[in-house]
Amino acid sequence: MQVQTHVDIHSEWGIVAARQAGRKLAREIGFGSVDQARITTAISELARNIYLYANKGQIYIEEVVNSGKRGIKIVAKDQGPGIKDIRKVMEDGYTTSGGLGAGLPGVKRLMDEFTIDSELNNGTTITSVKWLR
Amino acid sequence: MEETKLSMYQLYKEMLNDYLQHKSEHVLYSAQQLSKEMLEKDMSPEEMVSLHISVFKEMVEDLPEEVVDSFELLLEVMIGYGLAHREFMSLRDRQRQLDSELNVAAQMQESLLPHEEINLKTLDFGVISVPSGKMSGDYYHYIQDENGNMGVAVADVIGKGVPAAMCMSMIKYAMDSLPEQRLQPAALLESLNRVVERNIADDMFITMVYGSYDPKKHNFYYASAGHEPGFFYNADTDTFEELETKGLVLGITPKVHYEEFSLSLEPGDFVVLLSDGVTEGRTEGEFIERDDITKLIRKYKHLPAQDIVNQVFRELEKMQDFHLRDDFTLLILRRNV
Repeated sequence: MQVQTHVDIHSEWGIVAARQAGRKLAREIGFGSVDQARITTAISELARNIYLYANKGQIYIEEVVNSGKRGIKIVAKDQGPGIKDIRKVMEDGYTTSGGLGAGLPGVKRLMDEFTIDSELNNGTTITSVKWLR
Repeated sequence: MEETKLSMYQLYKEMLNDYLQHKSEHVLYSAQQLSKEMLEKDMSPEEMVSLHISVFKEMVEDLPEEVVDSFELLLEVMIGYGLAHREFMSLRDRQRQLDSELNVAAQMQESLLPHEEINLKTLDFGVISVPSGKMSGDYYHYIQDENGNMGVAVADVIGKGVPAAMCMSMIKYAMDSLPEQRLQPAALLESLNRVVERNIADDMFITMVYGSYDPKKHNFYYASAGHEPGFFYNADTDTFEELETKGLVLGITPKVHYEEFSLSLEPGDFVVLLSDGVTEGRTEGEFIERDDITKLIRKYKHLPAQDIVNQVFRELEKMQDFHLRDDFTLLILRRNV
């Protein structure tokens, strides 16, 4: 059974709700406490990015299965200004908000898969997956 | 990985058990040693917290719920530390990669310097050049032609490190393309100045001194582009004189006229060319004076030129606690007979 949850992000309440939904699903899938914390941190960072740079957007959380492996997929979508230089935001040590948070390289490290699509003035979609080991 | 985690689990369990029973410094010491091993195995802080609580839960029955819950909070906080740790590791890897790239570049730079042996009965020649970092903004050059004429140069790019080094390689190629001016210091500097002015950024400058030695007349001709003045040693009077130097640094305006000076060398006389890294060294906050340099050179003047420059460098390096603030180049050209 595949469930997709979606949470609107337009305030810090939304961030907490997305965390909650992510943790719940991660636990149901069978992730241990360390991975649960990693997944929620990744959701937090993605949701905060939406909140800080695009004002509003959505976080989609769902279970995925691939050749018998179970995992959790998180999609962060916004219609904000887009990212001008993706290579730069993916660089270690670079955070536009002045060192707050783990940034996108942090999210990439916390998850197993990470893809980013961004168009200037047209928004950003970040998709990431973590597989259960 | 799973296996090491399992053995780590066992090890940590025994350690914690031991400590709870004896509270000995010995166990704490083992724990400290273990932490090194865990870092080596890329064990993150959050995994460490998780390991601790799972071991603890197994050892102590009926662990109060508050204790378990409190560790959940700690785990959440540790995720951030774990990320910082991994970022640090990846930056460290990048640093290593940059270091090795820099080593290759430094080798390439080394290969731009002349390596031919100078075999002239009339002249004794020695040069040493040591960068303060991996790459040098100093450059030296020497060349001898079939008639025994010799050209020597020391150049110093204002600035250090990679940008200075890239600039330096341009000087080398520019000089290679001006073979007909090898024996005309002023004309050579004028040509080089045009190349430099056209090719480098406005905020980069190069100082340079170029000299040529005529073995028949025993004259040394030289011109300087704002370079640190060298010395002329007069063996007869046992005195050092400062080389006359006027002239604008290279790269400021396209048309510059450089003045050419000449010295007549008697047997035993020598010329010293250097970069400002030699004179701008500091010992315990005090500048090394130009007098100190000439004193050192005098101390070793009975040695062959190459040994003099080596010894002077060794002493100055020691005086500065082996920390060079600037690239160091020292060159000596002495008339033997």
